Amino acid sequence: MPIFALKMLFGDSARFYGILLGLAFSTLLISQQASIFVGLMSRTFGFVTDTPQPDLWIVDPAQRFLDDNKPLRSTSVQRVRSTEGIEWAVPLFKGLLVVNLPDGKRQMTQVIGIDDASLIAGPPFMLEGSLTDLRKPDAIIVDERATRREFKMNLPPEGGDPRPLRVGDTLELNERRAEVVGICKATQTFQSQPVIYTTYNRATQYAPRERRMVTMILAGLTPGANASEVIATVEQRTGLLSYTGEEFAEKTVGYWMRETGIPINFGTAILLGFFVGVAVAGQMFYNFVLDNLKYFGAMKAMGASRGTLLGMVFLQAATIAILGFGIGIGMTSVFGLTVPGERLAFRMTWQIPLIAAAAVTIICTASAAVGMWRVLRLDPADVFKG
Amino acid sequence: MNHQMTPSTTEIAVRASGVEKVYVSGDTNVVALRGADLEVHTGEIVMLVGPSGCGKTSLISIIAGLLARDGGSLEVMGKDPQALSGEARTAWRLRNVGFVFQQFNLIPTLTIAENAAIPLILQGMDRRSACAQACELLQRVGLAGRERSSPARLSGGQQQRVAIARALVNAPKILVCDEPTSALDGMTGLRVMELVAQVGRMPGRAVIVVSHDERIYHLADRIIHMDDGRIDRIETPASLRSTHA
Repeated sequence: MPIFALKMLFGDSARFYGILLGLAFSTLLISQQASIFVGLMSRTFGFVTDTPQPDLWIVDPAQRFLDDNKPLRSTSVQRVRSTEGIEWAVPLFKGLLVVNLPDGKRQMTQVIGIDDASLIAGPPFMLEGSLTDLRKPDAIIVDERATRREFKMNLPPEGGDPRPLRVGDTLELNERRAEVVGICKATQTFQSQPVIYTTYNRATQYAPRERRMVTMILAGLTPGANASEVIATVEQRTGLLSYTGEEFAEKTVGYWMRETGIPINFGTAILLGFFVGVAVAGQMFYNFVLDNLKYFGAMKAMGASRGTLLGMVFLQAATIAILGFGIGIGMTSVFGLTVPGERLAFRMTWQIPLIAAAAVTIICTASAAVGMWRVLRLDPADVFKG
Repeated sequence: MNHQMTPSTTEIAVRASGVEKVYVSGDTNVVALRGADLEVHTGEIVMLVGPSGCGKTSLISIIAGLLARDGGSLEVMGKDPQALSGEARTAWRLRNVGFVFQQFNLIPTLTIAENAAIPLILQGMDRRSACAQACELLQRVGLAGRERSSPARLSGGQQQRVAIARALVNAPKILVCDEPTSALDGMTGLRVMELVAQVGRMPGRAVIVVSHDERIYHLADRIIHMDDGRIDRIETPASLRSTHA
């Protein structure tokens, strides 16, 4: 009977395509909104994933998330370095500074100052120039996306048409000269500001002078050191908290999840997708079973067992669920591949298709269960009642 | 009171004695059968006739093992379907009872051969063999060459022929027809019933037809009149003609 069950499903083309579209749209809404949410959340800790070298991220206890800067004393770096189990520790500057462009435009920019000596925490990918070029005077490395957008040279010094910022161009950071020595690729920040890398000392010269200039300390453990013991010792000796990269990312996402309305907004859209699936696809599938109830009744009268009939309904539900989910997740993938990442945060992790599949399974199982219940309750004698 | 007016055939296909059925709806009890007695023999066609609500459909539902009785005794081909468990009764029905419904109940998205093959497939036969066997029967009911058609492309009479083929495809011992002509015009209904009489009647099989259509009564061996949940009287087509004459 499986082939007959499928022919019953595919043969009712209006309803079949209706259910299919409902499930596909529901899957699209759920997976697309979830992917954008994950993409956005990933941007909140993008710098952490761009910086794989440190074992520990050491910050002020009051710091709630990555960008919530609570500067530290410069002496903290030495105190961390002298902690047993710490192989190396470097200061990091991370702050928003104003960049003056040659055409007079001002642009708020995220400036990252990395350790002058080791250049640890540099950009993850260099497209032009090299990281060591940062040792040149006034050197900065600019994120490629910013060279085309915020830092686009509308009035190039050589004249001619507007063009992207390129190696050799100069900018002003807090009225100090900065020369582009490299172009890099970095993860876009949550607020989409341009990103500039320079050395720690130069960054502190660009930034308005404050008593505390170290945004955070990055540290590496000596091989074989017990991370939790080192974390406890650092806290005891400096009063600072240490996180692994993963923990720091989780802390950051946790802040955005708890303290902002973003999860509610996206959660609402995802729930909407689910309810669209229930209201449209679930209802249509249930109606499909109801419409076929007389045929199920006839088959039941003829001698079809409950197992046979339930198997038919289950096969129909499973088939439409797989097809609807496949089309929906395909549309989400096409969306993710075609929309430029710099315009829209989109990150479909492996869990998202599973969540969408679970939602579709719930929709189809629920509607099939109600349909199956009707089939089970069906009195075969009813077929004689017309 | 024994109303049996039995033909000379030997084997008893259905023996119902004092069958009772009460439908309970809330506080209301509706008595459908008040002790119906009936014997149907193999090889014969009987028609159950009577006014609406007299219990015809309840009686054939009980005989076919679709409905439980509340009293009396019943043997169908030597077995009481009610004594069987649910699954066993379903399997018994599949092997022994063929159905022709008032509304045909052909699945519109299957071909007529596939519709006719359903009982065989339910019995475990593979689809190809079942359809081949169904096609032979479709030829016998005059639908050769239409095996791959959709039911929607057939007239009402042709659809009922498919239903007859479906009912007979697994050679059941009892054929139960519920108002098989009511959805058809007079001439088509007559032809359909002639077909039932022609292909349905065979040694070892009993045919029970519920009908209001007096034009087909002559095709029956016996006409069993029901009234108020009981067998009122039994006639033959000849005795019926003489009564009306």
